[in-house]
Amino acid sequence: MSVLKREVLPLKTSNDVVLARQKVRQWAVELRFSLVDQTKLVTAASELARNALDHGKGGSMTIELLSEKAKSGLRLIFEDQGPGIPDIELALKDGFTSGSGMGLGLGGSKRLVNEFSIESEVGKGTRITIARWK
Amino acid sequence: MNELAEIISRNEDRIRAEWIRDMSKTVQRADLIGKAELDEQCRALLSAVVQGVKTSGPTDISAAGWSAARELLQDIAASRARQGFSSVEVATFVLSLKQPMFASIREELSANQDKLLDTIWAATEVLDRLALVTTEAFQATREELISRQQQELLELSTPVVKLWDGILALPIIGTLDSARTQVVMENLLQTVVATNSKYAIIDITGVPTVDTLVAQHLLKTITAARLMGAECIISGVRPQIAQTIVHLGINLEDVVTKANLSDAFALALTKSGRAVVRLASAKVSPISNFLSKREE
Amino acid sequence: MERIPVLRMGTLLLISIQVDMHDKLAMQLQDDVTQRISEWGSTGVLIDISSLEIVDSFIGRMLANIAAMSRVLGAETVVVGMQPAVAITLVELGMSLPGVRTALSVEAGMELLFGATALNFGTGDERTEA
Repeated sequence: MSVLKREVLPLKTSNDVVLARQKVRQWAVELRFSLVDQTKLVTAASELARNALDHGKGGSMTIELLSEKAKSGLRLIFEDQGPGIPDIELALKDGFTSGSGMGLGLGGSKRLVNEFSIESEVGKGTRITIARWK
Repeated sequence: MNELAEIISRNEDRIRAEWIRDMSKTVQRADLIGKAELDEQCRALLSAVVQGVKTSGPTDISAAGWSAARELLQDIAASRARQGFSSVEVATFVLSLKQPMFASIREELSANQDKLLDTIWAATEVLDRLALVTTEAFQATREELISRQQQELLELSTPVVKLWDGILALPIIGTLDSARTQVVMENLLQTVVATNSKYAIIDITGVPTVDTLVAQHLLKTITAARLMGAECIISGVRPQIAQTIVHLGINLEDVVTKANLSDAFALALTKSGRAVVRLASAKVSPISNFLSKREE
Repeated sequence: MERIPVLRMGTLLLISIQVDMHDKLAMQLQDDVTQRISEWGSTGVLIDISSLEIVDSFIGRMLANIAAMSRVLGAETVVVGMQPAVAITLVELGMSLPGVRTALSVEAGMELLFGATALNFGTGDERTEA
């Protein structure tokens, strides 16, 4: 699997979240993802970018264009040096329909992408990697 | 195992010629691949094999030195899969390299029994593993082809029909898995917008079983439609399905269901503020009062 | 400071979200709507999201909040024009926005809110067309 293109965007202000969304949309359009798949990926990116900003006290989003055998995909890595997530399993269980839960949108985002992995250490930070293949 | 690499290098042309000749007796498929192209592929593979053995040895073909060979085989397998070769033909392409290789090895090492056996074993190992890589890549391409065709079939088999102004019907025939649900949902919702239809009747007469998963898929579709401002009615619920739904404890409280499409249509008409009236001038046969079960 | 315009049409508040909102803009809209309902005594809020290509959990919650807050203030809210891709994604995300009424178009939304469209002055005879 190879990374054909990579870009890193800061996530320091709420406008950065909008810019991140637009960048993901742009690359997804270039890869000719279907509209629904684009929407899912951009929405997941929005959730995670916002988390990095609100809960992670700011961080960055790395976007990568991947290619493996016959298929292409997009990978997004959200990193922050925030407080970290103490109970990852709990965070993935969402209570979103009622608007409660930690508001992390993690469980929901997971369903929007093909690959989802999360590393987090309390006091050190969090790193969430998602990918969507065409 | 540079022994092996050198033997192959020294005898490259002969090995390749024998290999191609052997293949022409069994699997060449001249109808699908031209001689020049085949020759080029064999040449490239042989030198990649030499490269691999020299750099990373004959055992670990996942190592870096073998990446050229692996990529080459993946490309060859993928293109053959698309061209219509069978998996046997593709694997044989690699495996038929054994005979000519063994011939050269035996010739060069006839004096040293032990070395001869070791080298032949190394060669076998290499080619077996490469054959597996090739077959795997072949499978992957075939599966991708099949899934693409399935997708196209899906799109063709879920038509959305306009029953009346603002009322759509979606008759689903066959099993409803998550891939199909996606297509069904997208299709339905796009038509809802395009025709500005507030009511969508999803008829499941043709859906063989409704288990929790299928119910979930249906519910997703209904929720999405609702979010957009349209209402779904499920029709074609057969008695067995009704029983299954209750037994499984599936909650369809918020969902309107009807036993058949015409009842669902009648409901949609009523909800959209319409009534069907019999015209006064229509001729009514005297017997019809005894025969008809329902007055519209 | 940029804001999403809130238009008044009699007792109706009309909001058309055309831009990709950042969080502060969304919060501002929430404030503005509740402010206006009080100020103008509006009884209906119509939010047109037909231009929104992304509705994530934050925006979803904003819509639910506006609906809830408006209701407390005596106004009904209808969200109209949600794009199919957005609806599909929201469902996958797990948001069903209970308590938020929806309609396919502005016209349908007004019908919901007032029982008659603003454009149909009514002939009194409902049975002209089936």
